[in-house]
Amino acid sequence: MPQPMQTGVEIDGFTIGELVHRGGMATLWTVTHPGIGVPTLMKVPLTSEGEDPAAIVSFEMEQMIVPRLSGPHVPACFGTGDFERQAYVVMERIPGVTLYKRLGDLPIPYEEARGIAGRIASALASLHRQNVIHHDIKPSSVMFRERGEAVLIDYGLSHHNHLPDLLQEEFRLPYGTAPYMAPERLLGVRDDPRSDLFSLGVMLYFFTTGVRPFGETETLRGMRRRLWRDPYPPRKLRADYPPGLQEIVLRCLEIEPAARYPTAAQLAFDLAHPDQVKLTARSERIDRDSLGTVWRRRFNRGAIKPQPKSDVAAQLASSPIVAVALDLSEGGDALHDAIRVTTERVLSTSPSARLACLNVLKLNLVSIDRTLDEQGRNKHVDRLVALKHWARPFGLEEGRLTTHVLEAIDPAAAILEFAAVNHVDHIIMGARQNSTVRSLLGGVSAKVASEAPCTVTVVRPSRLVAQADEDGEEPRDAAG
Amino acid sequence: MRLAIFADIHGNRQAFTACLEAARARGAERLVCLGDVVGYGGDPEWCVDTMRELVAQAALAVRGNHDDAIGNPSDNMNADAQAAIDWTRARLSEVQRKFLADLPMTREEDNRLYVHAEASAPSRWHYVRGASDAGRSMMATDQHITFCGHIHRPALYSMSTTAKMTSFVPTTGVPVQLLTGRRWLAVLGSVGQPRDGDPAASFAMFDTGSREITYCRAPYDVETAAARIRSAGLPNWLADRLFLGR
Repeated sequence: MPQPMQTGVEIDGFTIGELVHRGGMATLWTVTHPGIGVPTLMKVPLTSEGEDPAAIVSFEMEQMIVPRLSGPHVPACFGTGDFERQAYVVMERIPGVTLYKRLGDLPIPYEEARGIAGRIASALASLHRQNVIHHDIKPSSVMFRERGEAVLIDYGLSHHNHLPDLLQEEFRLPYGTAPYMAPERLLGVRDDPRSDLFSLGVMLYFFTTGVRPFGETETLRGMRRRLWRDPYPPRKLRADYPPGLQEIVLRCLEIEPAARYPTAAQLAFDLAHPDQVKLTARSERIDRDSLGTVWRRRFNRGAIKPQPKSDVAAQLASSPIVAVALDLSEGGDALHDAIRVTTERVLSTSPSARLACLNVLKLNLVSIDRTLDEQGRNKHVDRLVALKHWARPFGLEEGRLTTHVLEAIDPAAAILEFAAVNHVDHIIMGARQNSTVRSLLGGVSAKVASEAPCTVTVVRPSRLVAQADEDGEEPRDAAG
Repeated sequence: MRLAIFADIHGNRQAFTACLEAARARGAERLVCLGDVVGYGGDPEWCVDTMRELVAQAALAVRGNHDDAIGNPSDNMNADAQAAIDWTRARLSEVQRKFLADLPMTREEDNRLYVHAEASAPSRWHYVRGASDAGRSMMATDQHITFCGHIHRPALYSMSTTAKMTSFVPTTGVPVQLLTGRRWLAVLGSVGQPRDGDPAASFAMFDTGSREITYCRAPYDVETAAARIRSAGLPNWLADRLFLGR
C-alpha cells in the first residue's frame, strides 16, 4: 500500500516538501534528493476510488514518455515510481509561471505574440523530432526558461510514435482541452503531429485577438462544428491585423491537416522571418468560407478524413528545411550549376521541403563597412536579387523559397548559427576553389561540415576533381 | 536478468544462429523458447539438438503445434506444413522426438507466462489476431505478462484495470516498459519464418528488472536457408516466402 503523501515522507530517496498544486488528475509536490542539484517536483496521480480513470491512464503515458525526452524544451526527468508502491514522476521544476497567467492581458501586441508562438513552435519541432505529439498544447502547458526557450509540460495526453498508445482505445470521446483540439482528433486520429500546429494556431489567434477561434464549447456537438466551420479571420475582429500574421494563423487553423504547415520547424521558420512569409488569399480575408463550402465539408465528410496512419518521423523527413549557402563572389557558373544540380536532387525527393538560400556579406574587422558599394548600390539588396535569380530554375512556389543575406565576420559561424536557429535539416554549399585563399582563411565548408547540427553536402563541379587531391578536400556528405 | 525470447524457429538453422548471436551481443543471460522448433525449415535435427543443449543450460522451452505434430500426427495443417512435418518426423531420432514430445504446454516464472499460441486454450492453438483474442488470453491467466508466438507477426497488447485493450505494432529496437498497472501480452515475431513483410529473423529481449521489452531483428543468410529447403525436396513456397517475409 502506498503511504500517504505528506511533507517529510521519503520515497526512493526523494524527500517530500510542500504541496504546490492540486489538479484534477494529479498533485504536485516539491521534493529534494541528495544527488540532484536543481529544484524538482514530484507528480503523483490521483488514483483513489471515484477518481477519473483517465488520471491513471494519462499518468501511465507520462511515465513512459517523459523519461525518454531530452533537450531544453522539456522538463528533465529524474525518476519514476510505479503503481505497485507509489506512482510518481520526478521532474525538473521550471521556475516561473505558465502562459495561462497572460490570459488577463489579452490581446497582447502582435510582435510579442509572434515571438511567443515562434518559441513554442521551436519546442514543438524538438518534441516532434523525438517522435512525440503533445496533444494538449494550450497556455497552461507552456512555460519559459530564463534564457527564453519554451518548455512544454504535461504529457498525459501525448502520443509516442514508438510506444503503445494507451489512450487510443481507452475513451470513446477524444480527451483533451476542447477549445484547442484539432478537428481530426474528433475523428479519433492521434498520430498526426500537425494536430499540435492547429492548437498553437488557436493560441496565437486567441493571444492576438482576445477571442478563442472556436469559442469555449465543451460539448462534442459544439466541438464538431470545427470539422466544417472555419473561424472568423482575425482581420474581421481587428482591422489592423498584420496580413503576414493572419496568413500564419489561418494556415495553422486549416481544417485539413495537409493544408497546414507540414512541420513545426517550417512554422517556426515563418514566425522567425515575418517579412518572408508568402502572402496568399488567406492573409487578406475578412469573411469566413461560404455556406456552400461549409455544407460540402459537412456533408461530404469522406473528403476531409485524414490519412488513417501516419509515421511522425517519415512526415518530418519529407518536409526538411534545406539551406543552400552560395558564395556569390567566387566560384562562377560551374560551381553554382553544380550546387543547383545537387539541390534539385534533394528537392525532388522531398515534396514538402522548403529552401532557404543564404549568402554571407563578409564584414571587415578593421574598417567600418558601408552598405553602399563604390557605385553607390546597396550590396544587401543586390545579393538578395542574385540569390532569387539563382533559385528561379527550381520553380518553387514562393512559400517554399526564402532568401537571406547574413552579415558576419566569420562566414562559417554565420551559416552554423542560421542552421541551428532555424532547425535546418540539410546544408548544401560549395567547396572553395582557390586553395591559396583557403589555406589562409581555413575552409568555410570544412568548418561547417564538421560542426553543423545536421547533414552537410559539400559540392564541387566534377571537372575540378583532378585538382582535389592537391587541395586535400574531397566532395563529401557528412552526417552530423 | 536479461532474457532472450525466441518463437517459431521452424528448423531454420541460419536464422536461429543469427538470433543467438544477436541475443548474446545484447547481453542475454537466458533463453526462453516459445515453441515450434521444427516444421517448414531444412535443418530440424540441428535446431532440436541446439535447443536441447540450451535447455540443459537452463533455457526454458514450451511446445508448439509443429513440435506436437511430430508425435501426434494431426490433419489440421495445410498441405505445405503437413509435407514438412512428415519429412521432419522421418529425420528426427527417437531422442529428438522425445525431447519435443516432453516439452510442457506452458511455463510460468515470477509474474510471467510462456505459451506458444495463447493462454485460454493452449492446446487448441488459437491465433492472437487482434485485441479481442488478446483479451481472452489475458483473462485466462493470473500472470501480469504473457509471452506467445504462433502468428509470426510481432504485436504488443495491454489491458487496463478497467479491461480496456490497447494494441500496438512494436518498433524494432525501441524498449517499451511493461507498466505494472496493467496486463500485457507480448506476441513474438518468428525466428525462422517471419510473416510481417520483413525477412530478417525476429526475436525479443526482456529485462526482468526494468520490465522493458525490446523487439529485435537479425538479418541472416536467407539464401542458404532457402537452399536447404529446396534440396530437401520440400514445397518451393516454403523457400520463396523466406525472401518475402510472408
